[in-house]
Amino acid sequence: MSGSPILTVSGLTKSFGEGEALTRVLKGIDLSMQAGEMAALLGPSGSGKSTLLTILGTLMRGDGGRHEMLGVDLVNASEAERTRFRSRHLGFVFQFHHLLPDLTALENVMMPAAAAAGRESRAMQTRAGELLEAVGLAERRDFRPAAMSGGQRQRVAVARALINNPALVLADEPTGNLDRNSADQVMELIRSINRTMSTSFLISTHDEHIAGQCPRRIELFDGRIVTA
Amino acid sequence: MSPYAVKLATRHLLSHPGQTALLMCGVAIGVSVFIFMSALIGGLATLLTLRTVGSIPHVVLEMPDRDPALLAAPRATQLVVQKDLSRRNQIAIWQPALPIIAAERGVTAVSPQIRGAAYVERGQTLAPVGVIGVMPGKLSDIADIEGAIVDGSSNLPTDGILIGSRLAADLGLRVGQVVRLTSDRGRARSFRIGGIFTLGVASADRQAVYMDFTTARALFDLSTGISRIEIKVDPAIDATGIAARLRRSTGLKATAWTEENGQLFEGLDAQARTGTIIKAFALITIVVGIASAMLLSIVRRQAEIGIMRAMGASKRLVVSIFVLEGTLIGFVGAIVGAGTAWLVLLPLPPVAQVPSGGLPIDRAQGDFLLAISLTTLAAMLASILPARRAARIDPVEAIGS
Repeated sequence: MSGSPILTVSGLTKSFGEGEALTRVLKGIDLSMQAGEMAALLGPSGSGKSTLLTILGTLMRGDGGRHEMLGVDLVNASEAERTRFRSRHLGFVFQFHHLLPDLTALENVMMPAAAAAGRESRAMQTRAGELLEAVGLAERRDFRPAAMSGGQRQRVAVARALINNPALVLADEPTGNLDRNSADQVMELIRSINRTMSTSFLISTHDEHIAGQCPRRIELFDGRIVTA
Repeated sequence: MSPYAVKLATRHLLSHPGQTALLMCGVAIGVSVFIFMSALIGGLATLLTLRTVGSIPHVVLEMPDRDPALLAAPRATQLVVQKDLSRRNQIAIWQPALPIIAAERGVTAVSPQIRGAAYVERGQTLAPVGVIGVMPGKLSDIADIEGAIVDGSSNLPTDGILIGSRLAADLGLRVGQVVRLTSDRGRARSFRIGGIFTLGVASADRQAVYMDFTTARALFDLSTGISRIEIKVDPAIDATGIAARLRRSTGLKATAWTEENGQLFEGLDAQARTGTIIKAFALITIVVGIASAMLLSIVRRQAEIGIMRAMGASKRLVVSIFVLEGTLIGFVGAIVGAGTAWLVLLPLPPVAQVPSGGLPIDRAQGDFLLAISLTTLAAMLASILPARRAARIDPVEAIGS
């Protein structure tokens, strides 16, 4: 599965601390992803996976290098522009579902779109309903997270990541909190969405079984990409 | 304020009914204290004012003091001014002033009076009294003499007088007895005691003697003039301003009751300040309570806030949600507190009818609307800092935590 490049990163660096405590986490990352691509991001703890995902998600800035997505220079964009870009073109799935406990499944799925627009709309409801149906939770649309299983919550979180039709979904250990059966269900769901919606996925994982289900492997070691 | 912020704020409050109710309960208690203190301090002031000024004139009009004309002598080194006591202090032409006084806004009663010192003889005992000659129908214009009659009647025939109960007790007098009264002008006459009154003011009950206006005129040798004009105004607290206006319009010396009761005013003022301090503390308690609750809520919902920010929610949306939550807690709590205070104060009698030893609480002075608006405003202000702190939460750290 390939297409036009949506993400280009080159020479990306990131350090934390200063002086003797300086830790260089990313030491010049070169990476590009095509539209509709699905890749696993592997690497041992401390290799920089989470930092890379955070920067790609525009939640943090790198110290140096280029970072462009869909033709937008995200290094020189203002914070407001990055927030707007994030809400329109990026989706997130985290290890823990982080659903809002006071909202129903349907309302949680709508949240990123409603937060950006300042209101919920009928179109958002329809789209969220379709997404819940796509993740197999149409009958749970009015349930709150507390009334759902871990796997169901994570599937709602996947649906939430897709509400704005993002070009790229960044998933940080999306199955890390799930049992094998639930993890396989979530991965099957992600593969299906990747196939049917042509949404790109970059999935950070420790799990070879999960990585094996992704057509592309990107391996990080000591702040550098060793296999891409 | 976006509709989505309203939805998220109300949803959170409704999703945690116990916590929300507890917070609103705290606000309601603070508001009840605020209203109770306003009603109590206001009621106390009203009661004190009523008791103090109920039986006295609010403004007294008299002839201005006459000072002798001064002639500056060349090379004079000392000047002595003496009060002119050569003529009686009376208002000679008083009828034209009455319509002017009655037309003044706030004036409720006008009573021209002839006053003078006299003594009552009873056997070998002499008792000094102050005689008040009032016009027919104006007996109770200043003090409610008719309502204070404890024996006899309030009728004032030309040979009748009304005396206070203490004077009656001191001299062993009863209704129907005849006493001899001698004025400071040396004129003496016998009067029948028509009624005995108890005003509850010791000086009046021991020394005041009421008689007919024309009879008093003869007793004090005043052929046309009068001693003073006494006035009642409503509200009594406006007496100072009304006195100033009457001074200008009539040319007479006008003295308001407030000028001669400075200590009462100081007391009322100190009491009002104490009430303000207590009310301020009630408001501060509300502010601290709401601010702490919002800060705790933010710590507990850190990940939620982080995820919203990560998914594109603006800082403004986050601030709106928390400010709205605090404001709603304050507003609903204030309404509940004001409603409770209103219900609790409802059965209490009006201040004028409060029995001795009872709390003079005036519901009308409860400052209900002020309490609701100040509390809502305070709750909103108390939420701003926590809300801004919430908006500054780093999504990466929040999600990681």
